[in-house]
Amino acid sequence: MEAQKTLDAKGLACPMPIVKTKKAIKDMESGQVLEIQATDKGAQSDLTAWAKSGGHDLMKSEEADGVFYFWIKKA
Amino acid sequence: MDLKQRQASEVASKVLNKEDLFILDVRNEEAYGDWKIEGESVTSINVPYFDLIDGVEDLLPELPKDKEILVVCAKEGSSVFVGEELIEAGIENVSYLSGGMKAWSEYLEPVKVGDLPGGALYQFVRIGKGCLSYLVESNGEAAVVDATRMIENYTTFAENKGLTIKATMDTHLHADHISGGKALADQVNGTYYLPEEDAGEVTFPFTALKEGNNVTIGEVTIEPIYSPGHTIGSTSLMINDAYLLTGDILFVESIGRPDLAGKAEDWVLDLRTTLYNRYKEMAGELVVLPAHFSKMAELGETGVVSAKLEELYEKNEGLHVEEEAEFRRMVTENLPPQPNAYQEIRETNMGKITPDEETRREMEIGPNRCAVN
Repeated sequence: MEAQKTLDAKGLACPMPIVKTKKAIKDMESGQVLEIQATDKGAQSDLTAWAKSGGHDLMKSEEADGVFYFWIKKA
Repeated sequence: MDLKQRQASEVASKVLNKEDLFILDVRNEEAYGDWKIEGESVTSINVPYFDLIDGVEDLLPELPKDKEILVVCAKEGSSVFVGEELIEAGIENVSYLSGGMKAWSEYLEPVKVGDLPGGALYQFVRIGKGCLSYLVESNGEAAVVDATRMIENYTTFAENKGLTIKATMDTHLHADHISGGKALADQVNGTYYLPEEDAGEVTFPFTALKEGNNVTIGEVTIEPIYSPGHTIGSTSLMINDAYLLTGDILFVESIGRPDLAGKAEDWVLDLRTTLYNRYKEMAGELVVLPAHFSKMAELGETGVVSAKLEELYEKNEGLHVEEEAEFRRMVTENLPPQPNAYQEIRETNMGKITPDEETRREMEIGPNRCAVN
């Protein structure tokens, strides 16, 4: 999936993946897509909940070799 | 003031002693809705940490001024983050739960149920998850029933009391938590007992837990009683004709569910026969000790979860369903969601898969949900 920006949050524990995601998306424009890579298992449900509460669209997520990938479209 | 660290044991003692406790739970709403720290004296509010990253000002009016605020999250990172924000904002009395809900899920509180010849019976209350395990001791020997995977709790307890653990027993193949029975038996060179009917796919050696094969611990006799229904092998344990360990068949406020191995329809009649015939023929004076509780209110004065069998025949609604068809509906329809990762948990308990420690902890997250409600 095409992303305008990629955030590497691998190896970071809660709350850092979301702190960094929030920061990264702040500098983006509405409609742009941010790809996030994380290894913290809690990131999945927290990113889903965070995206929903901020109105952002979590377009896709997948796991490969212990890394979780998320694509979020900024509201 | 600095952010204070609170251990799960300190929080457990507050909950059990009904001391005031204010909790700010910063997990996401779904996690909080699913499972949280509860108790008569507990007040909790939920604000996800990701709504507090830019500041806690909006939250301040909702916090009590004169109480300690315990911040709780899944593991602890986010609660430390929010706790420090609160202190920066001028709140004085702030703490966080060390290890978060994971540590809460793993904490066991041992409470004495009563005396036995040459010893006593203890209930290990896993407050965060609602699981109950037991230790029988007599004349320096011990047996552990339905052990959790945190086996150091039992070995430490036994060491402190100078006991040798001779046997571990599972009343059935568990689907809601990872059993420590086999690992504990291996560690202490004891015998691991499991009902044969549940062990068809088990990959390691075990001794059959079955009627007629009593187990003696010091002066105490543990008598297996076949009582299928939650699983086909579910076996209750009568201890010295005084206590009845019912596993996941009969609880204080509810009854077991027959569906966790995908066999609801097949096992309904077994469950009904156990509850409406087999147990009914037993002495009403027996003290029922289940493998689960679902509400903190089920903990009695001393923290023990128990009830006399005759009381349950009066009050437990699961024992008052006249019609078989209605009973069938009750235990097969509109059941609560199945426990987290229950298939993987069953396979782990059979020895078919061996997840690492971190994965095991993750698999057990959430409530146990072994009862119909």
